[in-house]
Amino acid sequence: MLKIADKIFNSRLFTGTGKFSSSLKMEEALLASGSELVTVALKRVDINDNQDDILTHLKYPHINLLPNTSGVRNAKEAVFAAQMAREALETNWIKLEIHPDPKYLMPDPIETLKATEELAKLGFIVLPYIHADPVLCKRLEDVGTAAVMPLGAPIGSNKGLKTIDFLEIIISQSNVPVIVDAGIGAPSDAAKAMEIGADAVLVNTAIAVSGNPVLMAEAFKIAVQAGRMAYEAKLGAVGLHAAASSPLTSFLND
Amino acid sequence: MASFNDIFDQYSWEDTSKSIYSKTSVDVERALLTSKRTLEDFKALISPAAAPYLEQMAQISQALTLKRFGKVIQMYVPLYLSNECNNICTYCGFSYDNKVRRKTLSPMEIMQEVAAIKEMGYDHVLLVTGEANQTVHTDYFKKVLELIRPHFAHISMEVQPLDLGDYEELRPYGLNTVLVYQETYHQEDYKKHHPKGKKSNFNYRLETPDRLGQAGIHKMGLGVLIGLEDWRTDSFFTALHLNYLEKKYWQSKYSISFPRLRPFSGGLEPKVAMSDRELVQLICAYRLFNEEVELSISTRESNAFRDNVIKLGITSMSAGSKTNPGGYAVAPQSLEQFEISDERSATEIDEMIAAQGYEAVWKDWDNSLV
Repeated sequence: MLKIADKIFNSRLFTGTGKFSSSLKMEEALLASGSELVTVALKRVDINDNQDDILTHLKYPHINLLPNTSGVRNAKEAVFAAQMAREALETNWIKLEIHPDPKYLMPDPIETLKATEELAKLGFIVLPYIHADPVLCKRLEDVGTAAVMPLGAPIGSNKGLKTIDFLEIIISQSNVPVIVDAGIGAPSDAAKAMEIGADAVLVNTAIAVSGNPVLMAEAFKIAVQAGRMAYEAKLGAVGLHAAASSPLTSFLND
Repeated sequence: MASFNDIFDQYSWEDTSKSIYSKTSVDVERALLTSKRTLEDFKALISPAAAPYLEQMAQISQALTLKRFGKVIQMYVPLYLSNECNNICTYCGFSYDNKVRRKTLSPMEIMQEVAAIKEMGYDHVLLVTGEANQTVHTDYFKKVLELIRPHFAHISMEVQPLDLGDYEELRPYGLNTVLVYQETYHQEDYKKHHPKGKKSNFNYRLETPDRLGQAGIHKMGLGVLIGLEDWRTDSFFTALHLNYLEKKYWQSKYSISFPRLRPFSGGLEPKVAMSDRELVQLICAYRLFNEEVELSISTRESNAFRDNVIKLGITSMSAGSKTNPGGYAVAPQSLEQFEISDERSATEIDEMIAAQGYEAVWKDWDNSLV
């Protein structure tokens, strides 16, 4: 079972709330996904309105809210947004998203490191969205991050695990859970991420924008389970070298 | 500091126009097949040669828009603060030489308008004025922003171009987005349509987005007034401008609008008419050229047209708009800047969007983010 900070998760599929055709559709899809951690953009919800359309559709005991800071451009704004989220949504969990680049939404590593350090000191459970940068992951560990969320490909691109070689390095040396976030376009991408040992994946666009979000959410649920089972069962080694017909070392047997 | 002027000067209107009109079906097909499209591809997509490929363009445009923006349409509404104006513009109802009662809303009147807009459900407001620097200046804008900021998650402004220092001053007051349309990139024609007032300075307007970028304004809107000049050539220059700005001011977001000249009392006939089919071609061409840019459609367009373009690449729209200062509550009968076409209420538009399997989004920003 997956543990982040002091919370245990049965599902390793985390989800998002954007891009759905309605809040009702979102609710149905998230229920079908079995997800227990759902990220919500602070800028999309009205935290002063207890009838907020998104939030009212997420009121289930098994669903934990993960507010995110999407829209902020630096550490200072991120810390401020996190504090607002903590007060309004009564959770000290925060998905740290600092992307000053609104075109590709690339995360700023320097501001993210600064904000993680400050927020961890303030008692937040910080899950930072980052590039698949192994050194940055170690630096985030040093300052108290609860997990790391490296991207598979640009947000919303559905391109799959373009960063797989770096994800493998990150997974092999991480002391905190690794959640592959962004770019996962198909259940097979999610299964692959789980097979290489990711602790969880976060999927939004691929579910929200599909022709049938509920069915797609279920497909992701199964794919994530299958990928995890394969990882635990240990995959057979790939690409064993063919046995040469004239072995170079056969003279040793003479 | 270098500005878009330096790029703009390297292009001639005539050569650009010729290049667009000489594009062939081969160019269009290449532009459809590639995934990263260049300005040359954009020219092909807005050219007459692309007309037979409209359905294909629409299919790609829809898929790209869904991937990036999802099944949502962002909602905003204009709030006209003033129709005082020192400019003469041949196409505008607020032109200095137009005989209309001039009005600039007082703080109390603004709050009456705000109450009416909030009642409609809006959280994103677009402040609009003419250009009357003696009354509607940076200090006035500051006061307005201070007044309305607690009531809106997102504040945009479409007013006269300001100096860099003004934008820097206004930003901390909650100014998030600035729209400044060039009207036309045809320099000689621009002079004809803007014979008097500060607006007649083509280059100052052209460099406004540079100043917005330097001031760190989050989002800026570009566009031309369709009908003044050949829309294809004007749209190429808009795309050129967008391309330049995106690379230089990479921390800003961009949106494009395509206002078609609308009738107003004593108004100008469009020099070049653009059909609905051509407007769809332009919308799709922008989306194929730039997957991330926001595309906005106002109440200038007809009900049927707006209903149908929602799925083709548009990402934001207004509804229930009034284009006169005081139009919502204070003075509903005063003269409009232009006649709107889609007169449905915000609620009706919300329902229409939902019926198409999309969601109208009223809040997608927060006034704590500057």
